[in-house]
Amino acid sequence: MSGQERIAFSDTGRIDAHNVAIRLGRGEKAFEAISDVTLSIKPGEFVCLIGPSGCGKSTLLGALAGHIGVAHGELKVDGDNVKGPHPERGIVFQHHTLFPWKSVLNNVAFGPKMRGIGRKERHRRAKEILELVGLQDFIHRYPKQLSGGMQQRVEIARVLVNRPRLLLMDEPFGALDALTRMHMQELLLDLWSRVRTTIIFVTHDIDEALFLADRVLVMSHRPGRILEEIKVPFARPRSAEVSVTPEFGALKHHCMSLLHTRTVSPLRRLEPLGLENIEA
Amino acid sequence: MQSNHDAGWRRWILRAVSIAVCLLAWQTASVHHLNLGFVSFVNVPPPTEVLEAAVDLAQSPKSLNHITSSLRRVAIGFTIAAVLGVLLGLAIGRSRRLGDILLPPLELLRPIPAVAWIPLAVLMFPSSEGSMIYITFIGALFPILLSTIHGVEHVDPRLIASAKSLGGTRFAILREVTLPGAAPAIFTGLAIGMGTSWFCLVTAEMISGQFGIGYHTWESYVIQRYPDIIVGMAVIGILGMGSSLLLRQLGRLLTPWHSEDTR
Repeated sequence: MSGQERIAFSDTGRIDAHNVAIRLGRGEKAFEAISDVTLSIKPGEFVCLIGPSGCGKSTLLGALAGHIGVAHGELKVDGDNVKGPHPERGIVFQHHTLFPWKSVLNNVAFGPKMRGIGRKERHRRAKEILELVGLQDFIHRYPKQLSGGMQQRVEIARVLVNRPRLLLMDEPFGALDALTRMHMQELLLDLWSRVRTTIIFVTHDIDEALFLADRVLVMSHRPGRILEEIKVPFARPRSAEVSVTPEFGALKHHCMSLLHTRTVSPLRRLEPLGLENIEA
Repeated sequence: MQSNHDAGWRRWILRAVSIAVCLLAWQTASVHHLNLGFVSFVNVPPPTEVLEAAVDLAQSPKSLNHITSSLRRVAIGFTIAAVLGVLLGLAIGRSRRLGDILLPPLELLRPIPAVAWIPLAVLMFPSSEGSMIYITFIGALFPILLSTIHGVEHVDPRLIASAKSLGGTRFAILREVTLPGAAPAIFTGLAIGMGTSWFCLVTAEMISGQFGIGYHTWESYVIQRYPDIIVGMAVIGILGMGSSLLLRQLGRLLTPWHSEDTR
């Protein structure tokens, strides 16, 4: 049964973007955040997006989540145009968006609840996923009673319980301390090996991108385009030691040179919800 | 630790002495018929007489009638205001179009103090009971409405986006995200509304009442039972404070994530 499920999973989560452009802002202040992005991502692939601050990587993620509309081009998931947010395309933000008034258990059970699944069954599913992220002993806590790393684990569980085709992550570990971040990276890879889904992971940390991804897409300064794609050859399962190998160093050096030659003045960070949603 | 404990006691004693001094000053001013020209204590009864009147009132069968009449009016007027204020506030805060339809007439009525409604309310409602309840209603409505709108508009947009992403429909998001997100602000509005509700009721009772603690206070003035005026004032204060406390307690109970100790 679970084996069949696994196969069904790895068949979905394909992304095809063709000449995608995204405009943000209104009137005279409008600008092009993304221009002419063409890419294709295989089901179950782990792709990291890196690029300078404000280059539009979060914007692209927001468009995949369905929070931001596309101005030109086509953005398809499994052959269908992305239209609005959907639980099959879950997004995890840098700062958690857990409901402060719900316990950890009820936060994770929120998606199933929205699909009309009964209390007992949705709690069972939530507990199952919470065990995967190692939080089975904290299910009755409120979010603010947890550490930052635990909050992000709940956030990831809340998305994964919906069995999404895409897991979209916007610098999810960016606000954590270095040690916690390392643990979270390992946990994420472990999760991904059990719950196969396509992951698009935005970061500005080159080490993080090379440690996690099958493929790293390097984006240019705004308006963001894909400058280069880098295949990451390291065998899985990966451990932290991979980051001290010479191959890792060489790839990192290459990424840095790509990013540094283009350095202009840093731009304001863009959010995956676009401008109106945040400033309102 | 020990010295902190002692300091705590000393502060309480100081506070008690402060109140005692005020009572003593009042007693002295009343007994000696102090007259400063612009303010006079000639007709002000001393605390001892007020205490006697309070004991008398507590023993009279009418007192319960006064208190329950006032409580009933506030309960009805405030409840209608709470239900209507929260519903309107949710609608206006969530939908720009509903806001454009519902808000302008409310904004026109808002600057009118509830007390200024009294003559018109007496004309509009056939029973004086109805007019008094209306005054308490209108007094409580606007603080509740405005706090609810404020609360709804300040719910984190990222939470709403997340709920949408997780499959929440418009109504589900209203129930699961907007309402609990605005709940602390709503309870603040309810507490303020409760205060204005009492304030308006007492004034309304003075003018058009039969029974009620505000009526009792005014009647005491008319029939020159001056100690009862002050007893009435004290009862009004206690009832108002009690109902606000009750409300705050209810708010704490219903928004457990908001309290400090879960931090």
